[in-house]
Amino acid sequence: MKTRFRIAVLAIVSKDLRAEIRSRELLSVMAIFAFLCILVFSFALELERVAREEAISGVLWVTLVFASLLGFNRSLAQEGDQGNLDAMLLAPVSRPAIFFGKLLSNYFFTLIVALVILPLMTVIYNSNLLKGWLIVTTVVGVFGFSSIGTLLAMLTLHTRSREAMLPIAMLPVALPLLLTAVRATTGILNDSPAREWLVWLQLLAAVTVIYLALCWLLSGFVLEE
Amino acid sequence: MDEKTPLIEVEDLSKTFGLLPVLRSVNFGVARAETIMLLGQNGGGKTTLLRLLAGLSKPTTGAIRIGGWQMPTEAMEVRRQIGLLSHQPLLYGNLSARENLDFFGKLYGMAKDERAERIGALLDQVGLAKRADSLARGFSRGMQQRLSIARANLHQPEILLLDEPFTGLDQAAAETLEGLVLSAQREERTLIIATHQLGRAPTLAGRALILSRGQIAFDGNIETMSAANLGELYTRVCNGAAMA
Repeated sequence: MKTRFRIAVLAIVSKDLRAEIRSRELLSVMAIFAFLCILVFSFALELERVAREEAISGVLWVTLVFASLLGFNRSLAQEGDQGNLDAMLLAPVSRPAIFFGKLLSNYFFTLIVALVILPLMTVIYNSNLLKGWLIVTTVVGVFGFSSIGTLLAMLTLHTRSREAMLPIAMLPVALPLLLTAVRATTGILNDSPAREWLVWLQLLAAVTVIYLALCWLLSGFVLEE
Repeated sequence: MDEKTPLIEVEDLSKTFGLLPVLRSVNFGVARAETIMLLGQNGGGKTTLLRLLAGLSKPTTGAIRIGGWQMPTEAMEVRRQIGLLSHQPLLYGNLSARENLDFFGKLYGMAKDERAERIGALLDQVGLAKRADSLARGFSRGMQQRLSIARANLHQPEILLLDEPFTGLDQAAAETLEGLVLSAQREERTLIIATHQLGRAPTLAGRALILSRGQIAFDGNIETMSAANLGELYTRVCNGAAMA
């Protein structure tokens, strides 16, 4: 008899949250990296004020993608380095439940970082990023990145140079998410009419749903040897 | 399932990593309530065989049936019956001993009360009751191994696969583990124990499999053998296989 899906997912999420509250290994690294990234971009674009304003949405999403890559790698390393993933795989739990549990944990951590850097960027870039639709875009986009990132982090977990392999595998696959998220964000930040950016937000949501479904289907193959 | 059918059946099992054959045409059966010592040199294929039996790895060719279920395609049906003690601790350092066991108890679908009762009893049994709420990362290798034993035994599996269980244990912890093995035998559970410690083999098991170069070089009764005789047999078998 299989352990019920929901119980397994909740067990994995609560285990990850409890471990993170104790160690702060993931959130601190992701948040510090994101903060430094924003600062570096800010200094690099300082001379060109117009370019800097136009680049805010790109800076936001590139920062989020890079910070999430760090987080996904570390989150799965915690499972792989001590063989804990094997212990989970030994249990009568469906593979998609293990994937979904890790996905929700990764999403939660990345979303916290995203919600921290929005006000930070508002201050540093002197542009209001605390807009309702922008938060919606962030919530949807981060979920898309977390889906594909969690699956690919599981796939690259036992490769020799997994820190390098995850970005190499994830960045090309994440391009449709990045493109739609940046377009929607730019439209919202420029106060463009909704008809101009809503389609990008809808596309972002559609790509996120497609990626989630694909990851769900592939998780069994990825988690098996 | 027929009473005479072995609980574990391994037929013509081979496993290759890339071009490297790790197991070659392995055949054996294990009866219910039997204890088997899996002996062999480093790299002989013991861990690979245990991972295949646990459903963590797929055979390149051949078949494994546990209780009539085909592994790994029907592994979900037998996972609850298998407990694996790996040579990695399979524990979360940032969780306490109790939290580690509670997490795995949830994955095995144990109810809250059942988990609390079982975890308390197991921690007591492995001598970690006083450290139940300490983080596993602060445990010595021996304490981690004892907690791993509790984890593998948590859901009272019918089949226990123990990979080098005595490694890193002090005398007291090794005795605790021996006690657990004997208690599992009294409960008529099936055990496969991979070890290098030949001295313990005849006291814990009636039968040994010696794996050499990925093949079973010996499969026989060791109940009446002394440790010295088993050592001689082991050397002879491994050298013979190496020369062949």
